[in-house]
Amino acid sequence: MTTPYTEQFEAFSANGGGEGPSWLPALRKKAFERFHALGFPTTRDEDWHFTSVTPIAEKTFKSLKPAATTLTLSDLEPHLVDAEWNRLVFVNGRLEPALSQYGSLPADVQLAPLSELLREEPAWVETHLGSLAGFDKAAFTAMNTAFMQDGVVLRVPTGEVVDVPIHILHVTDEKAQGGAIHPRLLIVAEALAQVMLVESFVGLDSASYLVNAVAEVVVGNGARVDHYKVQRESRDAYHVGTTQVVQGRDSIYHSFSYAAGGSLSRTNVYTKLAGTGGEARLNGLYVLDGAQHADHQTFVEHIAESCASRELYCGVLDGQSHGVFNGKVFVDPQAQKTDGKQTNKALLLSPQARVDTKPQLEIFADDVKCTHGATVGRIDEMALFYLKSRGIGAESARALLTYAFAAEALETIEIDALRLDLERQVFERFTHSQLV
Amino acid sequence: MSSSIEALVNKEYAYGFVTDVESDTIPVGLTEDTVRLISAKKNEPQWLLDWRLKAFRRWQSMTEPHWSNVSYPPIDYQAQTYYSAPKSVKPLQSLADVDPELLKTYEKLGISLTEQKRLNGIAVDAIFDSVSVGTTMKTELEKVGVIFCSFGEAVQHHPELVQKYLGSVVPYSDNFFAALNSAVFSDGSFVYVPKGVKCPLELSTYFRINAANTGQFERTLIVADEGASVSYLEGCTAPKRDENQLHAAVVEIIALDRSSVKYSTVQNWYAGDKNGVGGIYNFVTKRGKAMTDAKISWTQVETGSAITWKYPSVILQGDNSVGEFYSVAVVNGMQQADTGTKMIHIGRNTKSTIISKGISAGKGQNSYRGQVKVLPKAEGARNYTQCDSMLIGNACGAHTFPYIEIANNTATLEHEASTSKIGEDQIFYCKARGLNAEHAISLIVAGFCKEVFKELPMEFALEAQQLLGISLEGSVG
Repeated sequence: MTTPYTEQFEAFSANGGGEGPSWLPALRKKAFERFHALGFPTTRDEDWHFTSVTPIAEKTFKSLKPAATTLTLSDLEPHLVDAEWNRLVFVNGRLEPALSQYGSLPADVQLAPLSELLREEPAWVETHLGSLAGFDKAAFTAMNTAFMQDGVVLRVPTGEVVDVPIHILHVTDEKAQGGAIHPRLLIVAEALAQVMLVESFVGLDSASYLVNAVAEVVVGNGARVDHYKVQRESRDAYHVGTTQVVQGRDSIYHSFSYAAGGSLSRTNVYTKLAGTGGEARLNGLYVLDGAQHADHQTFVEHIAESCASRELYCGVLDGQSHGVFNGKVFVDPQAQKTDGKQTNKALLLSPQARVDTKPQLEIFADDVKCTHGATVGRIDEMALFYLKSRGIGAESARALLTYAFAAEALETIEIDALRLDLERQVFERFTHSQLV
Repeated sequence: MSSSIEALVNKEYAYGFVTDVESDTIPVGLTEDTVRLISAKKNEPQWLLDWRLKAFRRWQSMTEPHWSNVSYPPIDYQAQTYYSAPKSVKPLQSLADVDPELLKTYEKLGISLTEQKRLNGIAVDAIFDSVSVGTTMKTELEKVGVIFCSFGEAVQHHPELVQKYLGSVVPYSDNFFAALNSAVFSDGSFVYVPKGVKCPLELSTYFRINAANTGQFERTLIVADEGASVSYLEGCTAPKRDENQLHAAVVEIIALDRSSVKYSTVQNWYAGDKNGVGGIYNFVTKRGKAMTDAKISWTQVETGSAITWKYPSVILQGDNSVGEFYSVAVVNGMQQADTGTKMIHIGRNTKSTIISKGISAGKGQNSYRGQVKVLPKAEGARNYTQCDSMLIGNACGAHTFPYIEIANNTATLEHEASTSKIGEDQIFYCKARGLNAEHAISLIVAGFCKEVFKELPMEFALEAQQLLGISLEGSVG
């Protein structure tokens, strides 16, 4: 279980992990002790009821010490979405300055590797790092906090609007085999600031590794953060990602999670609407086949009055894949005038595909409007018949209807380049043909 | 059967537990002897005693579950009296001794004086309405071969049926409370409807005098043979005076091929006072198994109990079987309810419908928890779920925990849930028409619950509606 990591943690503490401002090793130590005490979650744990992490727990992933990569920009080309964007590229967890570009941002916007900011502004980092991503009950977050090597810090000052998306690309290749990568992301958008961010996780080779990412996002009063996550890990990889957000008054946090890779993946998106008039939009699409397993868990905590939350998660499941959605909307007694809506739809393409969904409402205020809905089904025979009667072959009709199902979620993406890119990926996956 | 068991049974008998009414109460606590004693008192066959003992031993190895969304102080199982009514309750002499709050409620429900006396355990005349009704009913049922009697009678007169079906849907090892019930159940009801018979009457415990005091650990077994159909009513709209705090009943329904069983409950146990002191813990296991082309329908109106924790479920075992669940759960004051259903689709083309209406007022906490499970072989399964919650006042809570587990792509499933405040516009409109706030709420709530009430037998539906109004009294203003 977690015991093999004790040695790793000691070695890591003695070599690199002990660096940084003095509070950091102390935080790591505390996190490791918590991780050790908690152990990996089991299916007896209500939050992990439908997802067994045994494949992760029974292995021991080693700490990676990657050398500079030999990959070139042309290798990454298909995954850049837009080569003009500011980007930070990590290969096997190591920042590659040669592949990154982030010079063209407004001068007061800070986009830097975590390691750099730890040297330059340790006090500022200390106030934010770990302030949202508590690890008291979350073993994976504890593990990340103990072992995080590097990450990204994005700080957008008051009133600043960054209109070009920022891309953080995590790439793995065959050198990641057997290793664990613990990326960390910290976004602070101060009052009235706006920023769009795309996080991609891409596996270039068929390696088996663990990515355990943690992101903390502070959305200030009147600020807006668009946060897209594209998970296309290697088909033998394991991915666990947790995003924890706190939102101020009249803020908007828009998240989209695309999950198509990995053998086992789990994405947590937790947001706390702490100021009046805030809005959270959490959307996602998971496209699975073979023996893939993808689990999404969302938690929207309405603490303040007059906030709105919208969720749409769609899943397309083929082969023997297993899709899980577990969404919870919590409304505090103070959070009157809450308007919450949550939808989960799953399309089952094969007889062996499996879906478990658990949309939950926990409401302690009376003047609220909360709904949730879930549907599970296969392709509509009537729609199929209609298309066939119009001269479209069964195969194409099926592909078209599947694509249309996924498109509902994809349409919520507001960055055109990213939407087109994902639309193309989904289309090609279902039609097995190239989109020209 | 070992001789030591026999010796034990005999030994206890020698102490005179059965003969003397005064000493009829079993000592406080729960041991294997208690189980043997209950069995001996009821003159049960060996197989039933063995079954109880197996259940008891299993129960000992289990721990009380705490996953539900309710909270209560720990229950001391050794401080309870099993089997008979506690000695401390003296039969009341007249209605003047009854809590005036209760009497007011009876009046509003329009319950006759005689009935009021019966509900409070006051001795009534031998020629009491229900008795004669009961007798007429019995003759009519016997004509068509329907067996409707207490569980104890069934064990004596139809042991083969009881043995065949007891525990076949809710095994003794099912859960903590079911195991406890299996070990110590005192009595309950037994229904058997023979092949092809449509039961000519609505069966109801309400009319069966001997079922009135079976209380705490009740066990109900309903068997509908092939092509049979029956409608069964449980409970009573009037609040029951009851000193037992923990109620752990088990209801099993077996619906064989092409049969149909409809089970309706109106539960209005004592809910505790305004501060949450006292009140019944209603922890019930209810489950039915529907074979080919069979149908099981649960309808429940839950307004009482300090804590309600139950999930009437249907195992859709046979092809084309149908399961239905219609529920209204109301919490007011400090009440807590965690209720819902499970629909397990095993056969092909099975269908289930879930309509749940939760109403929270005062400081009540209401949770819907439901599971819809479609197994890999359940081709063409279909489920429709709708669960709506209404909140009255700002100190209550409404929660929804659906579990949807689908392992077959031919399944079609829809789940909808909504939570909203009682409409201020609607209240305003009613008030403009001369209704006071309380009547307005009662009207709006009745409309909110209409889909469930229409599933109840007529006279029950009317009473349930009144009951709802009473339960929500004082929730506004």
